[in-house]
Amino acid sequence: MENILELTDVVKNYQTTKAVDHVSFSMPKGSIFGMLGPNGAGKTSLIRIITRITRADSGRILINGIPLNDDHPEEIGYMPEERGLYKKMKVGDHLIYLARLKGLSEKAAKDAIHQWMDKFEISDWWNKKVEELSKGMQQKVQFIATVVHRPNLIILDEPFSGLDPINANLIKDEIDHLRQQGTSIIFSTHRMEQVEEICERIVLINRGQNVLEGNVREIKQAQKQNLFRYNLAGEVPAGVLEGKEVIDHTPGSLTLRFTEERDSNIFLKTLVDAGAYVQGFEEILPSLNEIFIRTVQSQGMTIDQPINAPS
Amino acid sequence: MNKLWLIIQREYLSRVQKKSFILTTLLTPLAFLVFFVFVGFIMGYESDEAKKIAIVDEANMLRKAIKDDGNIFFTFPDKPLDSLKAEAARGEINGVLVIPPLSDIQAKEHKLFYYSDEQLSLDVESAIESTIGTRIREYKIAEMNLDPKVVESLRTSIEIDPEPIADDAEDISSMRTAIGAGLGFLMGIIMYMGVFIYGMMIMRSVMEEKTNRIVEVMISSVKPFQLMMGKIIGVGAVGMTQFLVWIILIPLVSILVNLVFGFDPQQMQSPGMGAAAQMDPDDMQGKIMMAMQELGSIDWWVIVPLFLLFFIGGYFLYSSLFAAVGSAIGDDIGESQSLTLPISIPVLIAFYIMMVSVRTPHSTLAVWASIFPLFSPIVMPARLAFDVPWWQITLSLVLLMATVVFFVWLSGRIYRVGILMYGKKVTLKELGKWMFYKN
Repeated sequence: MENILELTDVVKNYQTTKAVDHVSFSMPKGSIFGMLGPNGAGKTSLIRIITRITRADSGRILINGIPLNDDHPEEIGYMPEERGLYKKMKVGDHLIYLARLKGLSEKAAKDAIHQWMDKFEISDWWNKKVEELSKGMQQKVQFIATVVHRPNLIILDEPFSGLDPINANLIKDEIDHLRQQGTSIIFSTHRMEQVEEICERIVLINRGQNVLEGNVREIKQAQKQNLFRYNLAGEVPAGVLEGKEVIDHTPGSLTLRFTEERDSNIFLKTLVDAGAYVQGFEEILPSLNEIFIRTVQSQGMTIDQPINAPS
Repeated sequence: MNKLWLIIQREYLSRVQKKSFILTTLLTPLAFLVFFVFVGFIMGYESDEAKKIAIVDEANMLRKAIKDDGNIFFTFPDKPLDSLKAEAARGEINGVLVIPPLSDIQAKEHKLFYYSDEQLSLDVESAIESTIGTRIREYKIAEMNLDPKVVESLRTSIEIDPEPIADDAEDISSMRTAIGAGLGFLMGIIMYMGVFIYGMMIMRSVMEEKTNRIVEVMISSVKPFQLMMGKIIGVGAVGMTQFLVWIILIPLVSILVNLVFGFDPQQMQSPGMGAAAQMDPDDMQGKIMMAMQELGSIDWWVIVPLFLLFFIGGYFLYSSLFAAVGSAIGDDIGESQSLTLPISIPVLIAFYIMMVSVRTPHSTLAVWASIFPLFSPIVMPARLAFDVPWWQITLSLVLLMATVVFFVWLSGRIYRVGILMYGKKVTLKELGKWMFYKN
């Protein structure tokens, strides 16, 4: 598959800190890509390099195989973590302004904005001033501003922070539509659990370095610990747990670790044969959060901040 | 280039379409006029209290004839001083003025006595002094058998007409100097106000963009430098629009006010200039004609474009610095004080040099200050009406333009770092470091 984005050995130093430290990764066209890591790991620095807000000190960045240049910002839609609009401007005028700065003609901008506003059922906001809108309404406007020029690559930095659940779902749905139309999307967040189901591929960033990259399913399979949970009605029959590694045992639930994956089924049979009533049986795959901590620790690095710290 | 144009358009239109802009632009000339009329009225306010003053002229120097002065009415009752004093005490008259005989016809000083329970106001006192003084002068002239015409001819009014040494040089009148100074002062003030008002406007707007967090969205589409320049040019155009409206409106409004209220603001503005009022009407006419002639003879085609050039230069120079400062500070307006001070100081110094320069346009201070680029936008316009040598203008302009390019570049370097920097208290030293940051 062709790559929309390819980073090779990208370095960015600020006065005292290494914000981006030899990062390489690639992102297939039309995929949803997660850029994950704690706050201050260097995600925003990377995004600012890709959006040409800042320049990398060294390294190579290709978009659709072409080295990053001044025309590329028009192909990128960027929703920064810190979002804002001109408060005194009218919604319609504001969106036209931002769209035209991305290279759209006035007419094309108008048409596209009307389409999006109809879709979000907010057409009657056209002549309202931004400051008259609620936070949630502004978020919709911001999202339209990000996607209105039909970018090939959409970058969303902490997209769900400060978003109410309705808008979050709306954006998730729209992101899905856009992906189906061939748009590539980068999610950058420290809330890894939020993107686990959405992203196909991820890159984990810690202290400016790429610590892990790949397909989410494959990573989970590779990192799994053969944990299985059994949901039981009633007591665990006596004797069956002998020689087994019990991770968790609560009334009605039993979690074991096996050296061999297949042993889980053998134990299931033992349970059933011993007269237990098994209501449920599932494999427990590690969360991205766990994978991140384990990977970082196995590489002898430290994490700067607790992973789920609210931003 | 196209994006820069879009930014300029937005910056311009978003301001010009504001109600507050339309109101201030239309109302400022009116406010100025009302202010001047009001001040003129206050300054010209005379005691509206009628004063009845009885005069006891012991030597009959006034011959019982004296003109009433405004609200002061003089009488010459043939009553003894004591009964007059009693009338004054009862409030029938305001006071009694006793004029003793002159000790000597050539006396240079004469003391009058005023009996009253009321405080003598300054206005009334000076009115009495001048009226009585004139009458005593007339009395002396008559007593000494002098010809009033001869006495009048002793007064000589002096006027200096500067003449060039070379015969072919243009002859200028003294009026020219006054008009040049007035014009220079006006241009200096416009520069000074323009730099501050629009510089501050830019600073606030940059701060707003930063605290609004719109800036990151913007610079993912355009370069920071484009954003800064768009703002500077857009706001500059707003300023030009405002000036243009005022240039048209101010004369229009003053003419209108003249027609409606029927007074001459010129006179209202300068009620203190009693001399002008006493001047011979023919002479006055001549002076006005001369002033008009002088105004006409000024090289407007040279001065106005030069003024515009210096204005643009000064505006870009200082507003780019204000933009840089705005980018460095967040929402804390108090923080801006320490950073705007270094910008305000040269502007203030230039302003004071300008005030001196209109009086001594060719002094060493004026010449060099009008060449030094941080001062020249304010000082040079003040000198333009005084035949500044071309080498000075050229040198000043070249230096100014070079400095503008340098400062805009410098501000751009600070701006691009500043707008993305949050939550850090910024010092001047820090700003210096930002200039050398890589992109």
